[in-house]
Amino acid sequence: MSSITAPAREFKVIGTRPIRHDGEDKVTGRAVYGADVQLPGMLQGKVLRSPHAHARIISIDTRRAEALEGVKAVVTAADLPDPGDRTANLGELGEVPLKYLCRNVLASGKTLYHGHAVAAVAATTPQIAEEALKLIEVEYEVLPPVMDVLRAMRGEPALLHDDLFMDEMGEKSSKPGNVASHQRYQKGDLSKGFAAADHTLEREYRCATVHQGYIEPHAATAMWNADGQVTLWCTTQGPFSMRGAVHQILGIPLSRLRVIPTEIGGGFGGKIPTYGEPVAALLSRKSRRPVKVVMNRAEVFMGTGPTSGSYVKLKMGVSKEGRITAAEATLIYEAGAFPGSIVAVGGICMFAPYNIENTTIDMYDVVVNKPKTAAYRAPGAPNSEFATECLIDEFCEILRMDPLEFRLKNAAKEGDVQSHGVPHAKIGYIETLQAAQRSEHYQSKLTGPNRGRGVASGYWINAGLTSSATARVNGDGTVTLSEGSVDIGGTRTSIAMQLAEALGISAQDVIPSVADTDSIGYTEVTGGSRVTFATGWAAYEAAQSIKRQMREHAAEVWKVSPDKVTYQDALLRVEGDGSRQITFKELARGLYEKGVDVGARATVTPKGVGGAYATHIADVEVDPETGKVTILRYTAVQDAGRAIHPSYVEGQMQGGVVQGVGWALNEEYVYNDAGQMLNASFLDYRMPTSLDLPMIETIIVEVPNPGHPYGVRGVGEVPIVPPQAAVANAIYRAVGVRLRDLPMSPPRVAKALEAKK
Amino acid sequence: MPGKIQVTAIVNGEKREFLCQPFQTLLEVLRDEFKLTGTKEGCGNGNCGACSVILNGLLVNSCMVLAAETQGGCIETIEGLQTSQGLHPLQQAFLENASLQCGICTPGFIMAAKALLDKKPRATEGEIRHWCAGNLCRCTGYDKIVRAILDAESRMALQG
Amino acid sequence: MAVVHIPALLLPLTEGNPEPTVNGKTVEELIDQLEIRYPGVKQRLVDGDRLRAGLSVFVDGSVRRDGLKCEVSPQSDVHFIPAIAGGY
Repeated sequence: MSSITAPAREFKVIGTRPIRHDGEDKVTGRAVYGADVQLPGMLQGKVLRSPHAHARIISIDTRRAEALEGVKAVVTAADLPDPGDRTANLGELGEVPLKYLCRNVLASGKTLYHGHAVAAVAATTPQIAEEALKLIEVEYEVLPPVMDVLRAMRGEPALLHDDLFMDEMGEKSSKPGNVASHQRYQKGDLSKGFAAADHTLEREYRCATVHQGYIEPHAATAMWNADGQVTLWCTTQGPFSMRGAVHQILGIPLSRLRVIPTEIGGGFGGKIPTYGEPVAALLSRKSRRPVKVVMNRAEVFMGTGPTSGSYVKLKMGVSKEGRITAAEATLIYEAGAFPGSIVAVGGICMFAPYNIENTTIDMYDVVVNKPKTAAYRAPGAPNSEFATECLIDEFCEILRMDPLEFRLKNAAKEGDVQSHGVPHAKIGYIETLQAAQRSEHYQSKLTGPNRGRGVASGYWINAGLTSSATARVNGDGTVTLSEGSVDIGGTRTSIAMQLAEALGISAQDVIPSVADTDSIGYTEVTGGSRVTFATGWAAYEAAQSIKRQMREHAAEVWKVSPDKVTYQDALLRVEGDGSRQITFKELARGLYEKGVDVGARATVTPKGVGGAYATHIADVEVDPETGKVTILRYTAVQDAGRAIHPSYVEGQMQGGVVQGVGWALNEEYVYNDAGQMLNASFLDYRMPTSLDLPMIETIIVEVPNPGHPYGVRGVGEVPIVPPQAAVANAIYRAVGVRLRDLPMSPPRVAKALEAKK
Repeated sequence: MPGKIQVTAIVNGEKREFLCQPFQTLLEVLRDEFKLTGTKEGCGNGNCGACSVILNGLLVNSCMVLAAETQGGCIETIEGLQTSQGLHPLQQAFLENASLQCGICTPGFIMAAKALLDKKPRATEGEIRHWCAGNLCRCTGYDKIVRAILDAESRMALQG
Repeated sequence: MAVVHIPALLLPLTEGNPEPTVNGKTVEELIDQLEIRYPGVKQRLVDGDRLRAGLSVFVDGSVRRDGLKCEVSPQSDVHFIPAIAGGY
């Protein structure tokens, strides 16, 4: 159990640890995930993928595949409507050229990464579908693969798109290239800042391409009715954004498309984009039967968005008192095959923990022959903040200053202006540093050879956006709650708890479920650490309406004005009159018997988003012969604003830490010279196992977010931000080498140790 | 296509007969033939443990077992764990310790844990971590999963 | 007068003035006023009748979905930030 520094004494439900409502279905195997969907007459779909990193498609001949017995449909990009130069509006995900969306789903003209989808088949068994793939003849003209961001920027060895011009806030370059955009944040005066520094350092940091690594592969089942109604059952983090994307890709009306989210086996951002859904729909239209398209593990690695690999150059100036006087950064992020990395957010987050007067950040979005990147938990932030947290550690060493003390000296507070010009709202960074200092872990001594302790902090911006919920009071006093946020980690319970708290009833008396696009108001994706914050708020608003209606009904019975009826702890009473009172349950039963329905719906787009801070402490031991790094002890401190269900907040912290550790120590996409991925399996894409970590200590700090009725801050993403630098700094303290390229895998650590000798 | 093979095996305590192709895995038959979709496919090549079941008392990745190999054997899947008395202590412990987030690895972990506790009712944290290293979880960081298994051990010891 | 924070890449267009103050009731009106003083700014921020794709507008610290139509007060602080997009 973690310690919570500001226990929520004044709440009845918030801060408790009820069993999650969908738990029994999940521990018994009854819950229906994407691949579990079964419909009568369903066909199995399989996708043919390009073996080349970069190639022109000369021809595709599907006739032999179509002739195979058991094959009911074959599709290629020719089956998609021509996107032309239209823009696809993806709501909060922004606007992108529709052709990029379409071409990523099924390649047209060129294939741009090893694993790029080229064609798809629907057949009566998966084995027949796979046989059919082998019968599709594709003629390719292989082109040089573009695999490194720095070379890509120079246009070497080739251009991916002959119509991609670098955009600088509306101004386009005159010649095409591989750089999609350049953006800059600038604050203060860099030259003054560096002039005031007593110590200046400049370093380069690289991150390899890493994948979200969710255990459940993507699955989509589609039924295209003869009347044009299309239903999709899929593993998506956002049924509404999926609906919007598919409607534009297929050119069908939004109203004829229904997206039903299944239970989902992990996402971390990687299940926001569209992959097999339009393909399954097209196969269903051609075959006139339901079609299920499930990826295998290799396809997940090769065909779905990893996050950006990156190059970051960082220069910082620090005074002898330990104040950062200036910071200058260049961020060059891989977008993958099509433009759109999340480099701008990497820039926003990079210095957010610190109050630095003079900063300039240049951000470049660069295409390479790798799968189009997708968001991965705090997308863009680990890449940039890794650099900041590592470079700060070097200054701490020069100044002989404790790394937490240094951070306290520079810590950002409410009102401080960030790199992109927006001032901080109320934040809890300092509190995480203080809690880390006081922690038993930090106070303890670490002894033994080749052992070291590192710290690092992190920030994630968090999102608000739109969420919907509907609630209905049942005759037995329970409340059915329908909400639009896909539940990846237990959020239907944290949302139910907020409704329960607002109504004064127990969490067990709320029956939550996740709705589809026909049954609930618009709800943005489950991502951005927004669900407990925004969808919880929608539930809170629905509760306010229910309370008001209950008071009105009671007032009618008692023949008083509704403003004379109070509602407290699920008890309604006439103000000042103890003889007239009724419980929520009793009133609910009475209304049910009279046939009166009490229900509410709410759609909110809350504004008071609170950013999240974390400070982590890592103790490591390095084997000097093999370079293997063992995590001995790990503590994660994080400001959750208000922990609605502490167990699930702890779970988010621990899960993020372990993904960060994998990113730090082992995970990377390995390519050959032809740009083909060599390690598209869980054996060789090495994610942490239970043997790789100890128990992860968690300390939840609560600096309530004044922008939310219960003080909630999103918690899901920030925990992946500090581990890479915490481990890198610990390795330095252990064996005296600073690694700046991730992953710090055993061969690289061993090589660095060798070089040091 | 080759002809189908007739197989008889005990699945969760019940004698079942089925037809399968020689190349079909136990995982495919469990899910597509018996509609027991609690056992999941995460990778298809024995590297993630999401398809863990117990075959003749041994923990196996069902994606790496041919269905035909189970002839005359005894298969236990997640669906067979719950009894008329209620949830298995492992299932209850996973719920109370909040040991699942997305839940996709949960059936595999619970079956792996059962196989361990059937052999070693008082396994240590180190033994649990070693035994479960073949089950990948991407959500929890393993902390609460290990705690649940230790918790289940205590419950089962009390039950006798 | 509302303060419009000029994105770094557009500073050459505003003669290096990072925080010009302008009058207006909506974001669109502020931009039109800026254009009078600093010609060329508008086409970098606006595309047709909407904010340029890839841009968000923050008014008083919060991102505003209503873009150009967003109402502002005389004390408002307006920022143009690259939209948090790309995860398609």
